[in-house]
Amino acid sequence: MSLLLDLALVAWLLALALYVTSARGDRDAIVAFIAFGLLLGLGWTRIAALDVALTEAAIGGGVTGMLLLRAEAHLRKRKPGGPSKGVVGKAVTAVACVMVTVGLMLVVLAFPSPAPTLAPAAAAALPATGLGNPVTAVLLAYRALDTLLEKVVLILALIGVWSLAPDGLWGGAPRLRPALVPEPLAYLAQMLPPFGVLIAVYMCWVGADAPGGTFQAGTVLAAMWLLVMLAGLSPEPETRGKALRLTLIAGPALFVAIGFLGFAMAGGFLSYPESIAKPLIVGIEAALTLSIAATLGLLVAGPAQMASGR
Amino acid sequence: MAATEAFTLVFVGAGAVLFLAGTLGLLRFPDTLSRLHALSKADNLGLGLVVVGLLPQCESVTGALKLVCVWLLAQLSAATASQLIAGAVYRRKPGP
Amino acid sequence: MSVAALGPATLFGLCGAALAGIGLFVVITHSGLLRRIVGFNILGAGIFLVFGAVARRGAGAGFGGDPVPQALVITGIVVAFSATALAVALLQRLFDLTGRETLEAAQEHSPRSEA
Repeated sequence: MSLLLDLALVAWLLALALYVTSARGDRDAIVAFIAFGLLLGLGWTRIAALDVALTEAAIGGGVTGMLLLRAEAHLRKRKPGGPSKGVVGKAVTAVACVMVTVGLMLVVLAFPSPAPTLAPAAAAALPATGLGNPVTAVLLAYRALDTLLEKVVLILALIGVWSLAPDGLWGGAPRLRPALVPEPLAYLAQMLPPFGVLIAVYMCWVGADAPGGTFQAGTVLAAMWLLVMLAGLSPEPETRGKALRLTLIAGPALFVAIGFLGFAMAGGFLSYPESIAKPLIVGIEAALTLSIAATLGLLVAGPAQMASGR
Repeated sequence: MAATEAFTLVFVGAGAVLFLAGTLGLLRFPDTLSRLHALSKADNLGLGLVVVGLLPQCESVTGALKLVCVWLLAQLSAATASQLIAGAVYRRKPGP
Repeated sequence: MSVAALGPATLFGLCGAALAGIGLFVVITHSGLLRRIVGFNILGAGIFLVFGAVARRGAGAGFGGDPVPQALVITGIVVAFSATALAVALLQRLFDLTGRETLEAAQEHSPRSEA
């Protein structure tokens, strides 16, 4: 019975992906992609990766979908799409892509058995961190350097996006608010954020011991912020703002600071003294959640479109 | 045990039927507003029935509470989305 | 090997392989850059899913899956999003400057006046 569910999920995922290749309009393709992201989230739960499922549903389906839909609206006035490849070109590409797929499939079928795994190692070290969720432990303890660098990637991407603003608008605010805010949207933007913030705090807190964590919580927070800005209840922030920039780097900065503290207290970069490992990790998570929320929200908002008021 | 399972089966089954009917309406109805109507029925009542059906399977009261919250939040977003779409339809071509 | 003999891990791994192929096809054949960005995301999702199959097969020590690849996939999803955001911003700027949304070289086009 569960095999049937898995097969149905796989069939839908493939059908939606194929629809993206054949849909006439970009908007149709993007809507299919959002559905794809949500179904993929379900798929991740089927292979026991709940943390990934939450991340995929929130980022892959939700925030990426919003980003793409906004971009599509921006390009609305474009000319009809340029010439795409001819039939021969498509056929050759299709053959090449099928070969890539077959190659990957052979790899999947030829996975070594028994599978190599780091799960026992992760489990053995879990008590030292005081955490119950092994994925959070990997993200913030054993492979903390990866997570730190990822934050830096997020900030770099944001700097890249901001740099694309025309010179005259540098330091100004992005524009999210439409000319006319429909009443139901304003209502939702007043009703939902309290619950959204509660859910984000819960996800961040529970992430230490159960599925959840900084990324998922940060994404929910970012979504609430975007909703409030979309409804015009709060103005878009100027990208030159000091407080905004401090919020953006506070999380990574705290992470680095505690990392260096590790030299003094536990004998290595990003190693935590065992007695206070959990409070340190939860503290980093809280600061990171805020920074991630701000970064994700601003990445969706895009480069400055309104001149700075000074 | 069997009674709660039968309860779950009946309610989740009814919810699934409503979703099926809603999807059928979404695909078959001629204009946007009646399609919206079919969709919101499936969303509100169908999801509600599924949630009610799953309540006896919860291991804790907080788990059940979370399920109810999921339903309420889905209601809120579905209602708003329907209003927004309907508003857009009316603004595009005024009058019926 | 019958379908029933496949566990969910292998099944979703195979699905990931197919998605990677489809995503690659979109990236290569479509000239519209927005569609290519969507294709790039499908390609990425497929690769992540193959990785998820690895994680599931590495289940042990009471966990449903190997937490290390799972954590790497979470990192990957976030990085893929930031790359997507940068790509979208580049595309919008390209469109604002040239009125085009493809990279096809040197067609006649009138540059739009730009603020």
